[in-house]
Amino acid sequence: MSTRDLFTLRNSHFRIGVGITAAILTVTAIAGFIVLPFAQPWVQFAGVWDAICSAAGVPQRSANVTAPEQAKRLSEVVLTSNTLSRPSQEAIGRGATLAQRCAICHGPTGVSRADSPNLAGQYAAVIYKELHDFRSGARTNAVMSPFAVNLTDQEIADLSNYYAYLPRLPAYHPTPQLPKPNIVIYGAPMRGIAPCGSCHGSLDNKTGSPWLEGQSEAYMKAQLQAFASGERRNDISQQMRNIARAMTPQEIEAAAAYYASQPPDVVKAVD
Amino acid sequence: MLVNRKLILAHFWLAFAVFGIALTLGAWQMFIRSPIGTWLSNPELYYRSLTAHGTVMGYVFPTLVAMGFGYAISESALQQRLVGVRWAWAGFWLIVIGSVMAVIPIALGRASVLYTFYPPLIGNVFYYLGVVLVVVGSWIWVALMSINLRVWRKANPGAPVPLAMFANVAGSYLWAWTAVGAALELLLQIIPVAAGLKATIDAGLARVFFSWTLHAIVYFWLMPTYIAYYTIVPRAIGGRVYSDSMARISFILFLVVAMPIGMHHTFADPQVGAGFKFIHSAFTALVALPTLLTVFTICASVEIAARVRGGRGMFGWIRALPWDNPMMLALAFSFVMLGFGGAGGLINMSYQLDASIHNTQWITGHFHLIFGGAIVIMYFAIAYDLWPHLTGRELIDVRLMRTQLWLWFIGMIVTTFPWHWVGILGMPRRMAYFDFGDPAIAPQALSVTLSAIGGFVLLASGIMFIVILARGMRAPQTDAGPYRFALAVHEPKTVPVALNTHALWVALMIGLTLTNYGYPILNLALSSGTSVPAVYVGAQ
Ligand code: HEM
Ligand SMILES: [Cu+2]
Repeated sequence: MSTRDLFTLRNSHFRIGVGITAAILTVTAIAGFIVLPFAQPWVQFAGVWDAICSAAGVPQRSANVTAPEQAKRLSEVVLTSNTLSRPSQEAIGRGATLAQRCAICHGPTGVSRADSPNLAGQYAAVIYKELHDFRSGARTNAVMSPFAVNLTDQEIADLSNYYAYLPRLPAYHPTPQLPKPNIVIYGAPMRGIAPCGSCHGSLDNKTGSPWLEGQSEAYMKAQLQAFASGERRNDISQQMRNIARAMTPQEIEAAAAYYASQPPDVVKAVD
Repeated sequence: MLVNRKLILAHFWLAFAVFGIALTLGAWQMFIRSPIGTWLSNPELYYRSLTAHGTVMGYVFPTLVAMGFGYAISESALQQRLVGVRWAWAGFWLIVIGSVMAVIPIALGRASVLYTFYPPLIGNVFYYLGVVLVVVGSWIWVALMSINLRVWRKANPGAPVPLAMFANVAGSYLWAWTAVGAALELLLQIIPVAAGLKATIDAGLARVFFSWTLHAIVYFWLMPTYIAYYTIVPRAIGGRVYSDSMARISFILFLVVAMPIGMHHTFADPQVGAGFKFIHSAFTALVALPTLLTVFTICASVEIAARVRGGRGMFGWIRALPWDNPMMLALAFSFVMLGFGGAGGLINMSYQLDASIHNTQWITGHFHLIFGGAIVIMYFAIAYDLWPHLTGRELIDVRLMRTQLWLWFIGMIVTTFPWHWVGILGMPRRMAYFDFGDPAIAPQALSVTLSAIGGFVLLASGIMFIVILARGMRAPQTDAGPYRFALAVHEPKTVPVALNTHALWVALMIGLTLTNYGYPILNLALSSGTSVPAVYVGAQ
């Protein structure tokens, strides 16, 4: 007995096996590619071939559908987890020179004495993205925007690398550490809110999300409110707006107060 | 004739050791996300555990059982010393090394990507390399099974291949081919990104490759169980196999129709055309056929045993069965769980109904019932049956064995029934935390608690199982005699070449894979603009 007697039409098992398989395949293919597409009265096909292509998943370019006009600018920054990794010493040095003009608000060591954000040791991708957004107008601020509009791509990258390089210092006016509120540890799963730390660095960091420990309470509260009202809209795919909208005013207060009271050393290191 | 007992025992012991660890993780997962546990506050730990549990239970444990059992079948069914023992040990060590290599990054939190890999999420490259080594180790086993059968054929030209070996080799071919999908995904797509050679990945294509593996892998898990149904159970309860040909046809059908149906796992994916989803769905319906054949044949075989023991009447014979025999109990439990699980499977396989349970806890409930229940309980039975022949010592704790099987059955029902239920209510799977204080899901707290209790019953049963086997290593010595498989009512004298070889069916398996997967894969691979940036686990 050898396979030579098997793969021949004289062998009835071969005939039956191959025949039944081919028959089932043909019937299901006709049903799946021709009958069922036409059974959907709400879809129009140009012809049988069109129906077959559609059922096969051939990519179809719809003729002239354009994205709807956006009333306001959205962020156009593309970030990957490799954005700005491993900067050179020169880049950091150039950034330090450029950063002199930022010091009035963000502090000479990158820790603010006003209610502007602290930048020392912030993730490079975050500063990079925000500066791009200020420059393009996706994010606006009366004080900050004029500084950003004239920056070049290179300058933005250098500044980001410089601030990311600075050591993470405690906030200028540290308050006593507060216990974690529920919204921070659990989020609110039924409202689609993940724990803050799952993006903002204490559990995990998602590219483009800043760490928040020691930031000004007034600043964070204002940002959450701006996200909730839609006044700030440079978060990609509404990641933060969706969350802020679902938060209660009390939760916004609690989260801002909690993060303002934390020292920056709980933040996950970046490699 | 079991000569290489050390080899076989090594596979089984490693299998059950990793099973014990993964089982403990599973019970912990159940507990920690239930209302009786307190929230971890770090979901990452949950996903670490889940990745380890899924990787071990899905890849390492069943593969080792299939391999160990396969070697045992080859030696005892063919009455021939295993050819290639050194290679077999090499395969074993590859699995050991691969498992360690995969588990270290998981434990360090560097590969919390879950056993389905989930690109564009990318973990540490050693995790994937470890999985690849496990698969390569198992491919050595595939080759050895094929070679051993060939050697036997040379020595016994034209003779019918013993059913156990025929099925075993069919299972090994199925595995060899189905593992190719995940291997392509790992080697062509994920590992280059994990190694830093590329920064983008086509996640849709990766999911299609994974679906190539994901369905037939469950039939590979199932193979040892089906082999035990046909070739161990009838002998152990004093009956005969009702039909040898029916058994062969079932295994052949698995070979042909288990492969071209994997896209029922991508019903909700936009990158696959609806026509292909329909074909896969239709072929999925066909895969019920070999299972129905099996249920019929095994019930008939069991009835033969009962009638031989003096059973009478339309159903009265059921009472005459040897219910104190662990093998009988295991079979009955396995069939009950297979029945419920199969009924649930009908919902998964229908395109429209699937939408209501897609990605819910229903899915995890379903595969635990079928895989952890119907399949694994027969792994226990196989180990109990083989143990005296491997150790030369008797397993004396028959009562304890029965208790263990009962607990596994009860535990599995208590765990999985509520698990299905909360899935129907919409509870998503793969979540580390549920706020049961919220009125919207508070009513599900009871079901989830029940599941968690069932999980601990399963853990207890698993520990008992390991204890029974360990005690069996120190029991008084006996001679268990040669290891035998069940005889058929009509033992075949000659078998038609198509039912005695695999070539035709392997050809059909490959052919159907090409027709059902060829276009979708080429389409995705050749279209530009389908890749997305990778997201690295633990990177900022
Ligand atoms: C005490 C018994 C067991 C318990 C309590 C348990 C529990 C769990 C839990 C809670 C999950 C995660 C579900 C989710 O979050 O979506 C899971 C996943 C899984 N379990 Fe089990 N399990 C047990 C036994 C088993 C057995 C015996 C097997 C197979 C032999 C198994 C195979 C799997 C697989 C493959 C996954 C998928 C992981 C994933 O979705 O990434 N489990 N198990
Ligand atoms: Cu499947």
